[in-house]
Amino acid sequence: MKKIVKRYRVFLIVLAIMLVITLFNYDLGINAFGVTGYSLKEMILVIPPVFVLLGLLDIWVPRETMIKYMGEGSGLKGIILAFFIGSAAAGPLYGAFPIAAVFMKKGVKFSNIMIFIGAWSTTKIPMFLFEMASMGAKFAITRLLIDIPGIIIIAFILSAVMKEDEIKKIYESAEHFDD
Amino acid sequence: MNIALYVVAGILLVFSFYKDQKKTKMALKKAWKAFENILPEFLVVILLVGLLLAIMNPEMISSIIGDKSGWLGVILAAVIGSITLIPGFVAFPMTALLLDGGAGYMQIGAFISTLMMVGIVTMPVEIKYFGKKLTIYRNLLAFLFSFVVALVIGVVMSR
Repeated sequence: MKKIVKRYRVFLIVLAIMLVITLFNYDLGINAFGVTGYSLKEMILVIPPVFVLLGLLDIWVPRETMIKYMGEGSGLKGIILAFFIGSAAAGPLYGAFPIAAVFMKKGVKFSNIMIFIGAWSTTKIPMFLFEMASMGAKFAITRLLIDIPGIIIIAFILSAVMKEDEIKKIYESAEHFDD
Repeated sequence: MNIALYVVAGILLVFSFYKDQKKTKMALKKAWKAFENILPEFLVVILLVGLLLAIMNPEMISSIIGDKSGWLGVILAAVIGSITLIPGFVAFPMTALLLDGGAGYMQIGAFISTLMMVGIVTMPVEIKYFGKKLTIYRNLLAFLFSFVVALVIGVVMSR
């Protein structure tokens, strides 16, 4: 029980703050809880398949296979795959982080993981179609064409600024994502 | 979109169960553990999203990045995009409305870019997986990159 309270401490504090806000500004508070309820619904809808997929990925795909296609020395093939997997995704960015953890566990190269995160965040195919429809083809295609090199450049800068032992530590902690 | 995700996960799950029941159970156990592990951070994020979106509604956003707000408007648009988290199917119709309401392409470009790539409220989740340093660097670089996006969008769309 004590452990549970400790883990959910921040959540309980934020919840308490929101309740206090509701006391002082009823409309704002109710509105905030309304949006939270909406996000909760979205989370409940998106999360189960994402986590089932990462469980299956972890169990069925051998480490050697992932290293071969996306690990050190996977070159352009790894970059393209990272882009493709990230872009085929659906759901908010926070869904990408647990999958990135499984990728780390399977020996996927650091820069490819950063490309995957970048692609998931901004070049998702379903979102692109939606952007074309609302903002027009010129806007959507222009953004896609700057985003692709942008994501790669950001991934390489991140690989350069992170020290080897820092990356190693992140990979080690990924081993325990399902403890 | 969600349906496609469910269909893919469902088919693979059935296939996995057919091939090896024990392994499938292990996969599901891993899925649950991984989820339970990050649940406290998820809950914090959705509360923060609720609070922020209640304060920063579309009317407020359009009043800030409205017509002729210039580079200051671009900076504000990038900041608002960084701290809000709006699903794309809500965001794009909204930005289309903002455009009609007189917001500039540059401001909208910066807003969409940081909305998708920078996540201040999701930082608790990101830090749990990536650590503080990588999380801060990634978000900072994505924030700066959004100005490049704004500039290019501004140039291309004005022609």
